[in-house]
Amino acid sequence: MIDYVHPEVPTQDKRWRLVQAEMRKHGNAHSALIQTLHAVQDAYGYLDPETLERVAANLRLPLSKVWGVATFYQHFRMKPSGKHTCVLCTGTACYIKGAGELQRAVEEYFKVKLGGTTEDGELSFLSARCVGACGLAPVVVVDGEAVGKLTPEALINHLEGVIDADQ
Amino acid sequence: MLINDELQQIAQPILDEEAGAEHSIRVCVAAGCISSGSDKVLKELKAQVKERGLEGRCLVKGVGCMGPCAGGPVVRVDDGDVMYHNVGSDDAGEILDSLDGEPVKRLAQSMDTPFFKRQVKIALENSGVIDPERLEDYVAHEGYHALARVLTQMQPWEIIDEVTRSGLRGRGGAGYPAGLKWSTVAKAGGTKKYAVCNADEGDPGAFMDRSVLESDPHRVLEGMAIAAMAVGADQGYIYVRAEYPLAIKRLEKAIKQSERAGILGKRVLGTTYDFHVDVRLGAGAFVCGEETALLASIEGRRGTPRPRPPYPAESGLFGQSTLINNVETYANIPALIRNGADWFSSMGTETSKGTKVFALAGKVNNTGLIEVPMGTTLRDIVYEIGGGIPEDRPFKAVQTGGPSGGCIPADHLDSPVDYETLSKLGSIMGSGGMIVMDESSNMVDVAKYFMEFTTSESCGKCVPCRVGTTHMENLLTKILSGEATHHDLQLLEELCDLLQNTSLCGLGQAAPNPVVSTLRYFRHEYQALLTDDEVETTAQEEAE
Repeated sequence: MIDYVHPEVPTQDKRWRLVQAEMRKHGNAHSALIQTLHAVQDAYGYLDPETLERVAANLRLPLSKVWGVATFYQHFRMKPSGKHTCVLCTGTACYIKGAGELQRAVEEYFKVKLGGTTEDGELSFLSARCVGACGLAPVVVVDGEAVGKLTPEALINHLEGVIDADQ
Repeated sequence: MLINDELQQIAQPILDEEAGAEHSIRVCVAAGCISSGSDKVLKELKAQVKERGLEGRCLVKGVGCMGPCAGGPVVRVDDGDVMYHNVGSDDAGEILDSLDGEPVKRLAQSMDTPFFKRQVKIALENSGVIDPERLEDYVAHEGYHALARVLTQMQPWEIIDEVTRSGLRGRGGAGYPAGLKWSTVAKAGGTKKYAVCNADEGDPGAFMDRSVLESDPHRVLEGMAIAAMAVGADQGYIYVRAEYPLAIKRLEKAIKQSERAGILGKRVLGTTYDFHVDVRLGAGAFVCGEETALLASIEGRRGTPRPRPPYPAESGLFGQSTLINNVETYANIPALIRNGADWFSSMGTETSKGTKVFALAGKVNNTGLIEVPMGTTLRDIVYEIGGGIPEDRPFKAVQTGGPSGGCIPADHLDSPVDYETLSKLGSIMGSGGMIVMDESSNMVDVAKYFMEFTTSESCGKCVPCRVGTTHMENLLTKILSGEATHHDLQLLEELCDLLQNTSLCGLGQAAPNPVVSTLRYFRHEYQALLTDDEVETTAQEEAE
């Protein structure tokens, strides 16, 4: 294994310390990569290229490998997300109970495609395979909170409310 | 016995609390009910009990999943035969007023229904009974007693023998006999061995593992510790989906509690045996449910499967012999050891023993989590336990096994649920997702939904799966848009055969199942969408 030189680490950035702590917890082993990427996403909100380089150097992994893992898993975001996130569950129960209609409604109303962020950066519209709340289908997760048994109108109202609340 | 005394001591505070209380109020705090606001209900109930000076007399606690998830937040008072559904925090006063009198009629739902009466709970034995965040409560309900027993009274081979005799089969889907897997790992060479718990519940429409982890995390830890002792492992990993934050939180808490109490970690229960458990997070890749992909992911790599053999039992995590079981399999172990193999094998069918947890969802009246003996018929599950289909619309199909399973039509509703019958019907047991569909579902569209899923979840390592799933999805889109011919349908069937026989891992091999099973039972729906009627005319010609 090639020995990597540690790049200059900004000591001011508190977020990086959280990531470092996670790596140390796992003894900076190669197997810590996925756990570390979770820590990066928790701290920074997404995986930015600069931090990935630093992670690669710290864990002594080729950047290509870090990049490979980061892009393989759906959970990792490579772009910053909007102020609010709305995660649409696309599991079978939600599909049977009309998740498609919810998707169309949000896409039309907020002019945003699934997987994208509105132009004003207020709302990211993402999807999840299944959030495991099938009893409440169809479900969306708005800013980490699951909202179930929705109709398209109710969802639009809810999102409007969330966005208006901090304006 | 010393160990049992220690456990008794841990449980004492709960036993005292329970002995002193006249009433107990249990509020479901699993993810489903929390998203309907059960945490606020719990807080309000606790505050009002304090305000009224009922502490000690009336116990209020958060418990795991009680089953009827669509009715959340769910609250149960004492062990009466009613359960309160859709409780709000402003109902707290009324519930407390009613403690010594009649139950609150407005919220009450009878529990004297098939939904509760027909269930037999093993893996979910403590769900809805104990507080998942308290070790004491688990121990008070015979928790860790099985571990104490194997540590003091049983040899590793005796444990494996017990599991083998019980006939327990892997609950993750394939149904491989657990005892056989354990003994393979036990016999494998090497000084370091691992016990891994697969909690990467990727099937859309399945939430059994999430509920077990959220409702009774210690149970899974105990099952793992027993398995680890039987096979000689001293390190365990639980691989959980990142989409289940509450399950992760409770698991981590449970690990900390039991390590502090000396139950896990170094010198388990004061013996010379060590067992450490760590949680590893998934990151949203369905293929990581496949065992070799899961191991790659724990090692911090891309979750791509590799050819087997060598099986993980010989060469698994970090190249060492590794035991991998599903959450529900481990959750069955403590009860199995406590009550014995004969008790366990007295339930179920000839080849499938014990019970199975199902997540019942879709177009059915009682959506939620159920546990039934193997061999219960689909009709009983859908119509008795599930309470039938809303507005009495006709039943069309039930989908089991997620994207690797198939759709079973009304003609086969009387089939018993066991591993063999389901695979004979063209579906699989899978991890236990069961989605009911009424006539509003178009089966070609359903097949395309699952095909889209596997296309985007294919890891891309082997060609049949990477290219085949895309082609199949395109063909299904073409059929749905009404532009396809019989030739396309034929091509689709050829691709099904190709993927089943040449894909590297279970994901690709099972990917055609939704198409194959809908073609088998609902072929007319495909044919109605085709533009030419070539096959019909040739069939007629042949008849003439």
